[in-house]
Amino acid sequence: MHQLLRTRVNDFAVKLANVNGTGSASANGLLMQAIFRMGIPVSGKNLFPSNIQGLPTWYEIRVNKDGHTARALDYDLIVAMNSQTYARDVHEVREGGFVLYDSSWPLDKTLIRDDVTYLGVPFAQLCNDHFKDPRERILMKNIAYAGAMIAAIDVDMEIVTQLLDEKFSKKKSLRESNLTALKLGYDYAKENFQCPLPFYLEKMDTTADKILIDGNTATALGCVYAGVTVAAWYPITPSTSVMDAFRAFCDQYRRDPETGKNNCLILQAEDELAAIGMVIGAAWNGARSFTSTSGPGISLMGELLGLAYYAEIPAVIMDIQRVGPSTGMPTRTQQGDIMACAYASHGDTKHILLFPANPAECFEFAVKSFDLAERFQTPVFMLADLDIGMNDWVVPRLTWDDAYRPDRGRVLDLAEIEKLPKFLRYTGEDENHVASRTLPGVHSKGAFFTRGSGHNKFGAYTEMPDEYQDVVERLLRKHKAAAKFVPAPVIQHREGARVGIVTIGGCDPAVREAIDLLPQRGIETDFMRIRGFPFDEEVEAFLNAHDVNFIVEQNRDAQLRSLLTLETGVAKEKLRSVLAFGGFPLSAKNVIDGILEQVGEPTHAIHS
Amino acid sequence: MPSIAKPVAVHPSLHKNELGLTVRDYEGTMSTLCAGCGHDSVTAAIIRALWELSTPPHMLAKMSGIGCSSKTPTYFVSGAHGFNSAHGRMAPIATGANAANRELTYIGISGDGDSLSIGLGHMCHAIRRNVKMLYIIENNGVYGLTKGQFSASADIGSKSKRGEPNRMAPIDSVSLGLSLGATFIARSFSGDKEQLVPILKAGLAHRGFAIVDVISPCVTFNDHVGSTKSYLYTRQHARKLTESDFVPPATEILATIGQTGTTTVTMHDGSVVRFTAVPGDYDPTNRQRVTSYLQEHQGQGEVVTGLLYLDESVPDLHEMSNSPDRALSKIPYEKLCPGAAELAKLQEEYR
Repeated sequence: MHQLLRTRVNDFAVKLANVNGTGSASANGLLMQAIFRMGIPVSGKNLFPSNIQGLPTWYEIRVNKDGHTARALDYDLIVAMNSQTYARDVHEVREGGFVLYDSSWPLDKTLIRDDVTYLGVPFAQLCNDHFKDPRERILMKNIAYAGAMIAAIDVDMEIVTQLLDEKFSKKKSLRESNLTALKLGYDYAKENFQCPLPFYLEKMDTTADKILIDGNTATALGCVYAGVTVAAWYPITPSTSVMDAFRAFCDQYRRDPETGKNNCLILQAEDELAAIGMVIGAAWNGARSFTSTSGPGISLMGELLGLAYYAEIPAVIMDIQRVGPSTGMPTRTQQGDIMACAYASHGDTKHILLFPANPAECFEFAVKSFDLAERFQTPVFMLADLDIGMNDWVVPRLTWDDAYRPDRGRVLDLAEIEKLPKFLRYTGEDENHVASRTLPGVHSKGAFFTRGSGHNKFGAYTEMPDEYQDVVERLLRKHKAAAKFVPAPVIQHREGARVGIVTIGGCDPAVREAIDLLPQRGIETDFMRIRGFPFDEEVEAFLNAHDVNFIVEQNRDAQLRSLLTLETGVAKEKLRSVLAFGGFPLSAKNVIDGILEQVGEPTHAIHS
Repeated sequence: MPSIAKPVAVHPSLHKNELGLTVRDYEGTMSTLCAGCGHDSVTAAIIRALWELSTPPHMLAKMSGIGCSSKTPTYFVSGAHGFNSAHGRMAPIATGANAANRELTYIGISGDGDSLSIGLGHMCHAIRRNVKMLYIIENNGVYGLTKGQFSASADIGSKSKRGEPNRMAPIDSVSLGLSLGATFIARSFSGDKEQLVPILKAGLAHRGFAIVDVISPCVTFNDHVGSTKSYLYTRQHARKLTESDFVPPATEILATIGQTGTTTVTMHDGSVVRFTAVPGDYDPTNRQRVTSYLQEHQGQGEVVTGLLYLDESVPDLHEMSNSPDRALSKIPYEKLCPGAAELAKLQEEYR
């Protein structure tokens, strides 16, 4: 069957089907990391269940020499290690592709396709022969298939050995058993199959200045660098690893070398209502503070987000979006919280949103979130998602400017308070419509009563229409002013394009790939990735400059498009939707199909 | 809740505290609660306690939720920051505030609706965290602002103004606190300032979370015959378990410890709480004994008041978290940011 596939170097996709809780994650991660170290553009997508042990889990590796590493939907090789999903997995391999499976047991005849090649390795048998402990037999089976993969696609064995050395530097016996298992699979494949397969790896030099990191780790690191001293959270997938990483970084960087004290306090709250309350309390008191959560947490935080908005207290919320509504699918990705965050809470509320597209932006935007929250004295949401947050991405090395100092916004210090005849909380707005605040514990002249109830510009309780409106109208102006401060959209023009593709967050690589492929179908498009809300004029200008804009996002209700319709003056007819919201990371195919479906056969109007 | 400023008129004969401040300096704006409201008496007791302790006004943070009780922080210490937050959410907001700045003194004012219904979970967890603060529940058994619904602290058989009896068992903050490991539990009566002021002072000196449940009758909706939170009922059924005396840290006063008929507990900061009129078998530091004593007397329809339980040995939130002695919010940024060189070094792990 080999002849069905033309030989391809550094351009293919592999899907690994496993049972969760068996240790497959470390085998898959090992392969991904080895390819990264070979200098080849690569991505790894973990499609895992909301379960501890026993349910199907997949891992997809895509290598692409041109840097297109969004999720591929056609797989050249399936590593079928889960008999529960054999049928589905075998079905997904592309015509002429390969299926690597455990041949310790015969394959059911119904699973045989005549257009794919089956590579059977008796993994279970090999491991049973070489390892005694039942748990070890299961774990090592995974390392054994990694060994077979290494032979099949030509992963650099030296790099793999080096990775194992690093990983097990303190556990020599584990290093030995891993190497044994690796060799079992590797040798069997070498002896029994024509290795490498028609698609294989060759070293490149594209990743020397890059790192392999997940978004949640990068977000946590951003919070450390931003100077956070109080964090509060309630465990929720897929945001939990933000706080896990934050705690680990605090152990590393926030233990005072002189006193041994912790220069950060992490509160595991009783629920998300409490978590956001703690953040608001800490920020009211002058600490940089954040919470990490996901959709259900956002719903619970609603009431207090309105309090922070109305009483003008900074707060940073890291929302790692998952599939809703309700409990939804906790381990699947979506961009379904855009509207919920933009207008979180009852009454007239509007918030500042940041949309990172990858872990590097998670780091950068995490820091930015605190500057904006304090500059504008308001909640700021950073909306990542499960794909960005929990998958390892290849991104440029993170950089830091040691000259950075936090923008604490307008906070009066002791000398400034003493000089005032009288402190009146919501008076004296600056060009961004922000008034000065004071912190407790500085001077009694700075004291005021923070309240979520109706207040006038002096901070005093009111039920009078004009006094109430005066304040909330300023809040609206303040929100608008933030448009200039949120990260600007990323815009790329192509010669002759009259169609725009607009997207957000983790859709970025799939959309970019689609834009590169669409000209083959006769469609030239310009690209805009929105990175912040409120929208700046540049966003509106882009939309207006194109006859048609396809808004690509991962939710059913076209939430970004809705927000653009509500918050810009662009004609609704100019905005069309391409939606993919089933819960897996976006693929360029989703985008291309979605656009072609709407434009039909390319016309002269579109390909000008 | 319009705020009405009080006229500033200081009588020269008013005593001054250690800071040179008079009681008037600890007042707030004029109360807008109903005339005769128990809450106003609690406010007066708070003012007295803070003045006597010479707490610098700007070092106080007044936290509250929503409800009649939660309005009261405006009625004391105008020179302190206040935070009238959301219904039931005072405890987490106070926890976050305390986490950021442990140098301030925190007073949380709540009610039975705020603490025992909508915010019950939060209060329980603040107890578990032993957040250092004085947490006052102004308990009247009724929702005042929404006009007279029963609260979760209403006793079985207690009658509403319309005559309907409550059939559900009450949530008792004192028993709850005992079961959750609260480290300072007191119950008092708004009409008994002599008992309340020393309790509040002791609560402010406490190492961790101090709950003070004050029966504070609602003159408008819950002060009728048939109510078990009325002035009359409380006066008839209150059993003063302990009289307590708060003695600030000072050597010459410490000498009085050990007098016959009293029990003393030394607070974390060196001050002393001296219990007088304590029944012979009552040990305010023995959780089990306190629990059974209270259950026995509750069964007899008595409202037991006094500083009921005290444990100064439990670390507070910051001690558990090994926080610095000073406010986290004041740590210079240079100490918080690992810097560019460290970021470069760290990233070798992500290769």
